[in-house]
Amino acid sequence: MADHNEQPKNLQEKLERNIFGLFLATAFMVSIAGIVEIVPLFYLKSAVDYTERTDKWGNLKNEKFPELVWERHFHMENGKLVADKRLYYKDKNGNWKSDWKPGDGMRPYTPLELAGRDIYEREGCMYCHSQMIRPFRDERERYGHYSLATESIYDHPFQWGSKRTGPDLARVGGKYSDEWHKLHLMRPQDMVPESVMPAYPWLAERCVTDQYVGRIKVGKRDMKARLKVMRMLRVPYTDEEIALADDYLRTYGNPNPDKKCTTELDALVAYLQVLGTMTKLDDSKVYRE
Amino acid sequence: MNSATPKYEYGLLKFGTLLAIIVFVAGTLIGTYAAAELAWPFLNFDIPEITFGRLRVVHTNTVVIAFGGLALFVTSLYSVQRTNSNRLWCVPCAWAAALILVGSIVGGIIGIAFGLSQAREYHEMEWIFDVGIAIGWLMWTMVFVMTIATRDKEKVPHVYVSNWFYLALFIAVTYLFLVNGLALPVTWYKSYSLYSGVQDAMIQWWWGHNAVGFFLTAGFLGMMYYFVPKQAQRPVYSYRLSVIHFWALIFGYVWLGAHHLQYTAVPDWTGSLGAVISLAMIIPSWGGALNGMLTLSGAWDRLRTDYILRFLIMALAFYAMSTFEGPVMSSKTVNALSHYTDWTIGHVHSGALGWVAMVAIGSLYHMVMKMWNTEMYSMKLINWHFWLHTLGTVLYIVAMWVSGIMQGLMWRAYDEYGVLAYTFAESVAAMHPYYVMRTMGGVFVVLGGLVMLFNVIMTVATAKSRQPATAAV
Repeated sequence: MADHNEQPKNLQEKLERNIFGLFLATAFMVSIAGIVEIVPLFYLKSAVDYTERTDKWGNLKNEKFPELVWERHFHMENGKLVADKRLYYKDKNGNWKSDWKPGDGMRPYTPLELAGRDIYEREGCMYCHSQMIRPFRDERERYGHYSLATESIYDHPFQWGSKRTGPDLARVGGKYSDEWHKLHLMRPQDMVPESVMPAYPWLAERCVTDQYVGRIKVGKRDMKARLKVMRMLRVPYTDEEIALADDYLRTYGNPNPDKKCTTELDALVAYLQVLGTMTKLDDSKVYRE
Repeated sequence: MNSATPKYEYGLLKFGTLLAIIVFVAGTLIGTYAAAELAWPFLNFDIPEITFGRLRVVHTNTVVIAFGGLALFVTSLYSVQRTNSNRLWCVPCAWAAALILVGSIVGGIIGIAFGLSQAREYHEMEWIFDVGIAIGWLMWTMVFVMTIATRDKEKVPHVYVSNWFYLALFIAVTYLFLVNGLALPVTWYKSYSLYSGVQDAMIQWWWGHNAVGFFLTAGFLGMMYYFVPKQAQRPVYSYRLSVIHFWALIFGYVWLGAHHLQYTAVPDWTGSLGAVISLAMIIPSWGGALNGMLTLSGAWDRLRTDYILRFLIMALAFYAMSTFEGPVMSSKTVNALSHYTDWTIGHVHSGALGWVAMVAIGSLYHMVMKMWNTEMYSMKLINWHFWLHTLGTVLYIVAMWVSGIMQGLMWRAYDEYGVLAYTFAESVAAMHPYYVMRTMGGVFVVLGGLVMLFNVIMTVATAKSRQPATAAV
């Protein structure tokens, strides 16, 4: 360039001569969108169907649509975090009980469901199955009521997916029996001849209490640690629930855990069966404009 | 020039170039196998590591992050030296950056096959590999920026346009990768995203679309701005156009993630905003495509003889086409049909195979000849590669367009009684012929890659014997 010894004529020329100036100008330009599009989602109540957090643990309430959430309150008792309602506990006879029932509203996952969800993530189910029903007539008839933001409020990470090589799973819970799911996961083409889904026989061979990296067993699946991390992320579990997490994973729905372990298959089915069943949506209400 | 230290550092870049070509073959081969699994599900063989759910992710990470990353690494550090007439700043730092990046990415990809995944699209590698990538990335950025900063400002006062685009790539990806990657680890192999639900979705697609926008577009535009004028031996068509389209592109791209979330639980205004800006993005995108293509004005006849130039110009044609298709797909009415279907996969591949791969392949051929200071072993084989790759790409995207639109129409079709006309399983069965056709497209691309690998290996092996006696440095 012939004019390179002249003074810069405008801002562009100044930036072209100063790499650090160009660096800062570029950094500024690329940061605007995130501030406008993302930051409001953290404080606009309408972005999550007016569901609000009531405490630092992540408990919820919703005054406009109370049916969406399972409202419970935490307090400290003898140095322990306890709640007025319990997600799961052991009664006198050693049976698992819960104060929650399907349709009561959004709650954190039980340890078994969370383990199933971890397996869902590990196997990459999300790449073929969405969990986000759109507000169209055909999707309503095929899959059910359109999905709401509150329904994935405890999902770290979200699993909405972007592709339907297989059908949407947002409300698959309760549509098929546990037995159907197990047979289907073992050999999908036995249940749906047209299916192109892979088979997952290894899920039935692994105890869910064991942790694998690849095919190597690296120890026990530490649900206590996972629930603790979840609580840091504002998914509300009480101290008792965290303490019982590994016991729950081992024994829930399994009267003889030492004879026959709960498998990864059981956990994955438990997760699939809870999808879409937590809230009972009211068809007469408009949840989203 | 001091003869003891050659003007430009090529040692590292030679390794990187060869590795990039090998990774290209591997990544497309894995993708083709994954495509075949959808056509013939028995190919999963009940082996966990190669089931579709994992292999698809191994494929995307291998082609986007490993191949794309390597192509950007070698071309950025090659062109930054030549456009600034300056030797690479801190060659050991560049080596260290390369080794850390390769180690982390290979580890991350093997991890995915072994079931270590954060399950967030295009950001699957677990946190521990993310940390390695971030360190390597920042070192690479530093080497790049410092090579520009230490140039002789008397000789090269202006930073050339290709470097702006690479710079935008470094800045935006650092920013996006760090924010999106925030997660709380449980163990070294497992973490949970810091965000949940709608916020997680928006942040993840803000990153996801800009893996396309900055990693696969801004960076590769940098490549285009150096290698197209070089190969055509003509200056860039318009300096003014490049200024306008640079600033518009880097400002606009970051908004687009929201168009992946149309009609979802993310507030409507977000998706609409994403769609409006997507539509406006046709202008800067076509600005870039035209600027590249018109560089050839007055020299179009060279396309007949220069096969490398063919790759570069065909890349720009695909770039123009897919940046038109993208905004169309982001508009709400089209998105209602196209979302969740294979049309999206077709669109991605018209960009990835058409634009990204072709511009990278053209640039890599150019660099091989320059760095080894020789002609290619066979120019004819480049022509073969060009046609195999183009044919494969066209087969692939046509299959996915047709099947994607068919899928979308079948899902929403009603019969005369007002009942859904097709079950989901019927739509899956209807996909079979297109899945086969797509696999064929993949086979052609892999064959093209193998032709390139053979040609380049033969070129390197015979470079010495064919070099002119008075070798220029």
